Amino acid sequence: MQNLKNWFKSGSPWIWLNAAAVSTSLIMVFGLLSLIAVRGMGFFWPADIVETDYTDKYAQQVRLIGEIWESESVSANQLRENGYSIPEELDEVTRYLIKTGNRDLLGADFKVAVALGLTEFRFPEELMKVERREWGNLYGRLVSVKENGSVVAQGPGAWDELRARLERVLLIHDEIGRIEKKDIGSINYSLEKLRLTERRYELDDALTAQREAELADKRKQLQAEYEELQARLVTLYQDIARDSLSAQIQDDRVVDVPLSKVVEVTLPNAMSVTQKLATYLRNLWTFVSDEPREANTEGGIFPAIFGTVMMVLIMAIMVTPLGVVAAVYLREYARQGPLIRLIRIAVNNLAGVPSIVYGVFGLGFFVYFLGSNIDQALYPEALPAPTFGTPGIMWASLTLAILTLPVVIVATEEGLSRIPSSIREGSLALGATKFETLWRTIIPMASPAIMTGLILAIARAAGEVAPLMLVGVVKLAPSLPLDGNAPFLHLDRKFMHLGFHIYDVGFQSPNVEAARPLVYATSFLLVLVIVSLNLTAIGIRNHLREKYRALES
Amino acid sequence: MSSSTPDTTTAKSQLGGPSAARRLRWRLLKDLLIRNAVGFGGTSVIVIITLIFFYLLWVVLPIFFSAELFPQARYTVPGGDAEQTLHLAMEEQAEVALRVTRDGRLVFFDTTNGGLKKEFVLPLPAGVTVSSMADAQSNMDTLAMGLSDGSALVVRHRYRVTFPEDRRVITPYLEYPLGETPVVLDPFGKPVTTFAVQWGEERITLAAPLPDSRLTVVSYVKEESMLGEESEFVRVEQFLDGTPKTVTHIAIDQDQQELYAAADDGTLFYYSIDDPESPFLLQQLPLLEGDARLTVLSSLLGGISLLVGSDDNRLVQWSAVPREGGPAQMTRIREFDPMTAAITTIAPEHHRKGFLAADANGELGVFHTTAHRTLLIEPLADQAITHLAIGPRANALLAQDTAGNLYFNGIHNEHPEISWSSLWGKVWYESYAEPQYKWQSSAATSDFEPKFSLVPISFGTIKAAFYAMLIAVPLSIMGAIFTAHFMSPRMRSVVKPSIEIMEALPTVILGFLAGLWLAPYIEKSLPGIFAMLLLMPPGILLSAYLWHRLPENIRLRVPEGWEGALLIPVVLFIGWLTLAASPALENMFFAGDMRLWLTNEMGISFDQRNSMVVGLAMGFAVIPTIFSIAEDAVFAVPKHLVNGSLALGATPWQTMMRVVLLTASPGIFSAVMIGFGRAVGETMIVLMATGNTPIMDWNIFEGMRTLSANIAVEMPESEVASSHYRVLFLAALVLFAFTFLFNTLGEVVRQRLRRRYSSL
Repeated sequence: MQNLKNWFKSGSPWIWLNAAAVSTSLIMVFGLLSLIAVRGMGFFWPADIVETDYTDKYAQQVRLIGEIWESESVSANQLRENGYSIPEELDEVTRYLIKTGNRDLLGADFKVAVALGLTEFRFPEELMKVERREWGNLYGRLVSVKENGSVVAQGPGAWDELRARLERVLLIHDEIGRIEKKDIGSINYSLEKLRLTERRYELDDALTAQREAELADKRKQLQAEYEELQARLVTLYQDIARDSLSAQIQDDRVVDVPLSKVVEVTLPNAMSVTQKLATYLRNLWTFVSDEPREANTEGGIFPAIFGTVMMVLIMAIMVTPLGVVAAVYLREYARQGPLIRLIRIAVNNLAGVPSIVYGVFGLGFFVYFLGSNIDQALYPEALPAPTFGTPGIMWASLTLAILTLPVVIVATEEGLSRIPSSIREGSLALGATKFETLWRTIIPMASPAIMTGLILAIARAAGEVAPLMLVGVVKLAPSLPLDGNAPFLHLDRKFMHLGFHIYDVGFQSPNVEAARPLVYATSFLLVLVIVSLNLTAIGIRNHLREKYRALES
Repeated sequence: MSSSTPDTTTAKSQLGGPSAARRLRWRLLKDLLIRNAVGFGGTSVIVIITLIFFYLLWVVLPIFFSAELFPQARYTVPGGDAEQTLHLAMEEQAEVALRVTRDGRLVFFDTTNGGLKKEFVLPLPAGVTVSSMADAQSNMDTLAMGLSDGSALVVRHRYRVTFPEDRRVITPYLEYPLGETPVVLDPFGKPVTTFAVQWGEERITLAAPLPDSRLTVVSYVKEESMLGEESEFVRVEQFLDGTPKTVTHIAIDQDQQELYAAADDGTLFYYSIDDPESPFLLQQLPLLEGDARLTVLSSLLGGISLLVGSDDNRLVQWSAVPREGGPAQMTRIREFDPMTAAITTIAPEHHRKGFLAADANGELGVFHTTAHRTLLIEPLADQAITHLAIGPRANALLAQDTAGNLYFNGIHNEHPEISWSSLWGKVWYESYAEPQYKWQSSAATSDFEPKFSLVPISFGTIKAAFYAMLIAVPLSIMGAIFTAHFMSPRMRSVVKPSIEIMEALPTVILGFLAGLWLAPYIEKSLPGIFAMLLLMPPGILLSAYLWHRLPENIRLRVPEGWEGALLIPVVLFIGWLTLAASPALENMFFAGDMRLWLTNEMGISFDQRNSMVVGLAMGFAVIPTIFSIAEDAVFAVPKHLVNGSLALGATPWQTMMRVVLLTASPGIFSAVMIGFGRAVGETMIVLMATGNTPIMDWNIFEGMRTLSANIAVEMPESEVASSHYRVLFLAALVLFAFTFLFNTLGEVVRQRLRRRYSSL
């Protein structure tokens, strides 16, 4: 007892409690990261398809075929209240969430099943998972492969036939996509340009008969090209509609699925580990390189990655010169006094101003004020449809540039202040002008600091969502801000963004449960990018400190 | 760098004379140019940054401007016989106005110069004149004439807008919804002196006092005729029991469910006419105090409130207020600033809850009810104003004085619904039982009363930040103390960056996890979470004590400063144990469902996305900020202070509490301030992890709506330059000012601390 009292007196219990705070923080940090990583990356692993029989609370029997999505233990009382009959001696029961897919046929993607009602899980090798372009996945057994409605293969050979035919269909699908998105898209773009040119001439009172004829000529030419493509599309659509598969689903119904609606078919239960690994990597690649489907709940996130990178790059181009000039002015040119000290504190504090405030500023000042004035001055032909008077990637980048400006200024200033004044004095003493001193010695020496600031700015910008919701992010952008149509970079377009994608799919989508793994995967990607950017910045900073420590001595 | 010393000149000549001199000049010029360019660039970047504040302010300021009048024209009454005027009205564009006269003429004229546009003569039977006039206040273009033979004629004045040769031409025309024959109101055939009309697509109601002190209510209800196609009005007529006083003012509410009849001395008779077959008296009450006389009774947009003007210069708003377990009761809601003389006429706005009032001195007042705001009281005419009309867009007014002059004025009154009291005070909204703080910016109906109280969302902001700080402050400060002071340097070099890097973690990810993973999880294992909070500290102390009792040769194997690492499995184990025991605890103490138990037994309402979830997620977001700054502050405490204290025999913990913490406390304070600033402004976590309902309740199991989330939700939908838009900017400005203040406080404290350390 005395021992315990002494121990308390020594104060070491409090030290231990403090230590526990650190442990808790660490557990939270790494727990969070691993949660995202496991859930995000696990999703792409081809899960086995289970077949089981389920007796539900109304004593009705159904067969279930699907992936086990989640299992949790629930209190038996809660289940009893919901009308399940659970034996008295049980306090907890396992409850499964089984993804049975076939949303169009069964009404829902998921089935909740209490373990007591389930028979043992079977994993027959012939169970097939069909990823479709609409209505989510289909789980079932392959019955036959059809061409124009008549069976061409069934039984054991059907699978290989299906693979071969699917390959062909996917090729056609790619071509259709290319024609529709790229070729016809570019024709539409040109037509719109022609309309604007005409309107512009009208506004300037310069629409001569000759110009009108020229425009009509071009329009005709485009129209002809369009018809040619359209004809090609018609044949492609006929080709793609040729094949279909029929599958038997869990309630023994046999359904036909046109191959044109199929993205991928797999037999996960029959796969070896290497095959699974290959499928895993392919899924991963599809995820980062593909377009989203089904209101963003399926498919890939390529446009979001592209939009994020694009926005961050434009932001970096804008923020670097502004931040560096401001920092150089504050540190090297301005007379140091109370005013500059005040400004320094203010700039420092702007980094702490909520990002949504920048969003409000961006929307009011850039979009509604600057944007609509630019429209009136430069794009009168498009009015009343706004060009820059509406949220878009340029305003988003500019808003984030202002948001991250303090980060760059503070980092650059810190870098400049670390450079010993002896270096400046030496350079000046050798006859260099102030600018030459700056340009040849100071800035190069401070460049790692500038780099650090820039990386931190990029990391911050990549993760911001709130201001972007006001100034240009959309859930689904029809076209990328960079494409093959002159002038190639379209700063007025809206764009998709990883962070907003997470918010949108996680909270605004109709099928949150099915989309959740995608959100985890997107989060993991975003965290990966941001953490590695930050680690780089920290690395550079440490390297820099070492370097100047050597200089000072 | 003026270089005119003989030395350099000789050097120059040696190096090649004129070309070198040119180069030097060029270098100096370049230096000068860059100096100016950087000066200009640097200052403009700083100006841009400060622009944010001023731009927000610039957008917000107009909501506090008063109304302004712009006199545009003054002319004598068009159509002659000034005393004959019964009513004035204007069409949407305020280009054409209407004057109704006693002799049955409707004179349309140009508002800018009084020039006659068109004149209609009502189809009255021979020998009958107009004895009174009423307008349907829900639909300002419907009028009714009370006639000298006891009947009434309902007329709508409509306007056709055409654009011949790209110029707007407005042509007035008339409609008679009940036909051109007057309908009988008074079966005794006496002249109608005071009456009311209300117009709706399905029903038209007229009401008038009768000579035998009863009231008559005549409804025309639209019914589909048997053959379909055509529909016709069916007349329903009833009589209300006599009032003891002579009714001089009468009004019908917009839904034609209530009838307000008032006598000259301000006694109001409040009837329900909801069922046209059986109307009844709801309430009888005095509207005025003392021996004031009632001069104007008008209903406000929406028809829920009455505006009462009296000859003692006062303007009061009355409204039917719902009561528990009983019918609504007419209640005095608010009184406006008095005018300078008896109120003569009131003109309610067509789309907002504001109104104009005029008095016997010729002064005009502009008011708004919700904001309880007097926007203007200004002399308009030299004589008493008898008639007043407001443009439907509330941008123009037309007034007639007793001398027969018409005044046409423009009004600039963009944001009457915002005032200090409507933003920050309790407001008695229509149909509410009592004054309340409420945020509700939009609704489906057009006569909706916007509720712009910033109190509930500011409260939500503070609430969210408070719960976040509750989690973050102990964890981060205790962690910082240990990391800076007790932890071994090797472990510190890993721990510090890994906690700091979380500062960069996008909050959208935290919000997503909080909303979709944590919230359901907490709901499911509530007992486990509470058990964890309760058992964690004693569990840790117990394991620490056990460690302390271990034989030395085991204990010494772990060097000092690694307690944090040792505790990781302990914390994990306790966490796992409590969470795993959650269902058992739930069965044992809460009848198998803690959520239900909370609601039923404790009366605490429970939302899945609640403050606890926000507190945890946002606490997590704030921990790195506070940790990093506080750790720096503790670590920077000069070592000789620590060593001195230890040398004098203090234990490490005493040194910590009495020396280190005391010295570092300003730094810790600034860390908390900056962390608080961050929690206040955080948007995505709150947006995703709460239900975003603007409620005012400290309950940890309910959500909130914060300033930032409110902006994110409503900003994209708000109309540019509307009051709503400006109020959202105000919310942003409040956030900006608030966080800027807290950050500055933190920063100043930190800088002072740094100076103090350097002197120690």
